[in-house]
Amino acid sequence: MIQNLLFDLFSFILLGSAAMVVTSRNPVHAVLFLILAFINAAALFLLAGAEFLAMVLVIVYVGAVAVLFLFVVMMLDVNFAVLREGFQRYAPIGALVALILFVELALFVTGSTVAPGAAAARLFPTPDNITNSQALGSLIYTNYLPLFQLSGVILLVAMIGAIVLTHRDRKRAKRQNLDVQHARLPAETLTMVSAKLGAGAAMPQPKKETL
Amino acid sequence: MLIPLSHYLFVAGLLLVIGVFGIFMNRKNIIIIMMSIELILLAANINFIAFSGALHDMVGQVFTMFVLTVAAAESAIGLAILVIYFRNRGSIEVEDVTLMKG
Repeated sequence: MIQNLLFDLFSFILLGSAAMVVTSRNPVHAVLFLILAFINAAALFLLAGAEFLAMVLVIVYVGAVAVLFLFVVMMLDVNFAVLREGFQRYAPIGALVALILFVELALFVTGSTVAPGAAAARLFPTPDNITNSQALGSLIYTNYLPLFQLSGVILLVAMIGAIVLTHRDRKRAKRQNLDVQHARLPAETLTMVSAKLGAGAAMPQPKKETL
Repeated sequence: MLIPLSHYLFVAGLLLVIGVFGIFMNRKNIIIIMMSIELILLAANINFIAFSGALHDMVGQVFTMFVLTVAAAESAIGLAILVIYFRNRGSIEVEDVTLMKG
């Protein structure tokens, strides 16, 4: 079956690139393997029938989050070799915890089946006659509108937070200060000079630069 | 869905385990730790999508979208904190972050 072959291929690449993310020496390579992992996860989403979310995963994760990671990795001048110290030291305990976790998960997955009444407990069954994007859109904008708006607020807060955190106030930047401009008096800026005929007038120096 | 649910669950479980393993292995590198968190969240999303496909229920996909939103916000804020921390201290080692210890 072609679907099973594709599933095996995509999940193999996904797991391999995820392993490369956590073990690669160069963090730029780690980010690139993260992108590969996201693309293969999007392919798995497609195989499970979630076309819209597969595209969202590619756009949001590969296009935004992974590129953000790439920017940060390239912007920080960090000696990444120093950060890899202790990699071998933590390997046994990490492998032990990972093995225990995986055995527990595998026991859980193999030992449990879908309950017979699960189909009756569905909240919104997938409609057959419309596309995935239409079904998801109608569901979100009908039943989950407040939560959807709230997720937009979360993104807004994240955006404002990131800007506020990383914004640097430059001292030399010239800005317009409306209060100072409005509070200016004519005496501070204008000086009446009566020029003699044929002699001209020396330019009086302003007392203080206010703008 | 043509692929059995348990295959998806095994792949997602392995992905989660790789993420946890990455957090253990890269104890000093906060960037790799954040990438491991992204992998863990991706494993959760694969589980949601797999159950949504297997049970023919759309709510799993809605929830996946919310998880994606929160994960994107989390990584943006985390990387911003990382950048200002590096700007102030010149290091991103996890063990150096002890300013609040007193």
